[in-house]
Amino acid sequence: MRREVPLIITGVVGITLIMSFFIPHTPFNRLEMLFTHWYQIVAAFAIVLGILNLLRVNLDKAYKRQKDWFFGLVVVASFLLIVIPGFLFSGGRSFQEPGTPFFQIYFYVYVPLMSTMFALLAFFVASASYRAFRARNKEATMLLLAAFFVMLGRVPIGYYLSSWLPENYQLAAVADWIMDFPQTAGQRAIMIGIALGIVSNSLRVILGLERAYIGGE
Amino acid sequence: MKFFETLLAIDRRIIFLLVAIAVTLPLFSKAILHIEVSPTVKAVYDAVESLPPGSKVLASFDYDPASAPELQPMALSFFRHCFSKDLKVIIIGLWPQGPVQANIALEDIFRDPEIKAKNLKYGEDYVNLGYMAGNEIVIQSMGSDIHTTFPVDYSGNRTSELPLMKGIKNFDNIDFVYNLSAGYPGTMEWVQFAVDRFHAILGAGNTAVQAPGMYPYVQTGQLVGVLGGMKGGAEYEIIAKRPARAVSYMFSQGVSHAVVVFFVIIGNLAFFATRGKKKESQEVGKK
Repeated sequence: MRREVPLIITGVVGITLIMSFFIPHTPFNRLEMLFTHWYQIVAAFAIVLGILNLLRVNLDKAYKRQKDWFFGLVVVASFLLIVIPGFLFSGGRSFQEPGTPFFQIYFYVYVPLMSTMFALLAFFVASASYRAFRARNKEATMLLLAAFFVMLGRVPIGYYLSSWLPENYQLAAVADWIMDFPQTAGQRAIMIGIALGIVSNSLRVILGLERAYIGGE
Repeated sequence: MKFFETLLAIDRRIIFLLVAIAVTLPLFSKAILHIEVSPTVKAVYDAVESLPPGSKVLASFDYDPASAPELQPMALSFFRHCFSKDLKVIIIGLWPQGPVQANIALEDIFRDPEIKAKNLKYGEDYVNLGYMAGNEIVIQSMGSDIHTTFPVDYSGNRTSELPLMKGIKNFDNIDFVYNLSAGYPGTMEWVQFAVDRFHAILGAGNTAVQAPGMYPYVQTGQLVGVLGGMKGGAEYEIIAKRPARAVSYMFSQGVSHAVVVFFVIIGNLAFFATRGKKKESQEVGKK
């Protein structure tokens, strides 16, 4: 039963949602509404489960003094630092309003930390492009040229470097051409490939042939 | 040859230092550079511009502070445009941090004397329905009924009691959807569910990394247009004739791009100059 029930639920929900796409009338539209609400409830519970798991894993790591246990404590302390002011001292449901303690922590601690982490990318991209972005073969050379034109064509410096050229040959025009044609064609091919893969895999899941998600092979 | 070998072995901290200089120094400059407005940005601007006063606009904030330097300027210029045209704005978030980012943008925009003078009221001119778990399923659910998807707003007021939300059931009653996205769930999911399924009219602002993936949707007309990265935000500010944060950051971004391109050129010159020597030493080693 532990395997059959999830398979039946998946099959019924999957087939109903496909039917409701093509027949958006009663009873399929009502069932679709019901299933989407159930999904939202399950998703909300998944967040709670995620939080509990985060605490369990990190407290366990700290308690057993495993490798990097101190960072586990930092995670738990950070969690409490934002949850306690959010729940208890930020005006209940209005905790996201500007000016509340939750908002202050979010704005003055969380935002700069996240921005800093993301900003580090600029340094690693520069270092990696210096060491690894080489015209070793034909494909790498094409990638390199495309990057060269797009990076310069997408910023004002590209305009100043090439403004003496006819409009269609300026860096911005070349960058636009790369983005509109070769790039879009490549993206479209990837998207079609992914979509076909999703369709076939979804069918396998709905029909019960793919059972990896319930621990099968 | 020795020079190029030294160049290839350069300490990465020197590269980091040069990038830091390239990013920070231009931030002190007040220079406004030439920024060409691309058709995809103009299309989003025109779509908002063509809406009559009182139209309902849904703005979905699907990003976190990591992407805020790119997407927050887009949020600001979009809000400014909507409020100056007396459009009604409904905010939601498929990312937990999204509605807070919207509040930060609103706080900023309400300092603008022109917007302040309009004396906008929460519930009548704009609402923030908050975050809802469920990713793209939330969009699908909104296609049936927004009130059951978001029974209360972010501060607990019943959605059905908010004057702005009266008469709004689903996407049929929304005139324009604007999505600010930094990944999943984001613009792709809005296209697949809100546009393809419920025929919503969608414009988007994406991070520079994500924007190229949206071009096929723009070409097919599923997406009105897309603002890509800080450049997209700057273009929107230029076309709205209100140069602000994104425009001022473009100098810094331009110089940093130029520095990266310079590194790539130098790296390749050194690579080609030392390649022959490496081959020679490999052959000697084999013998």
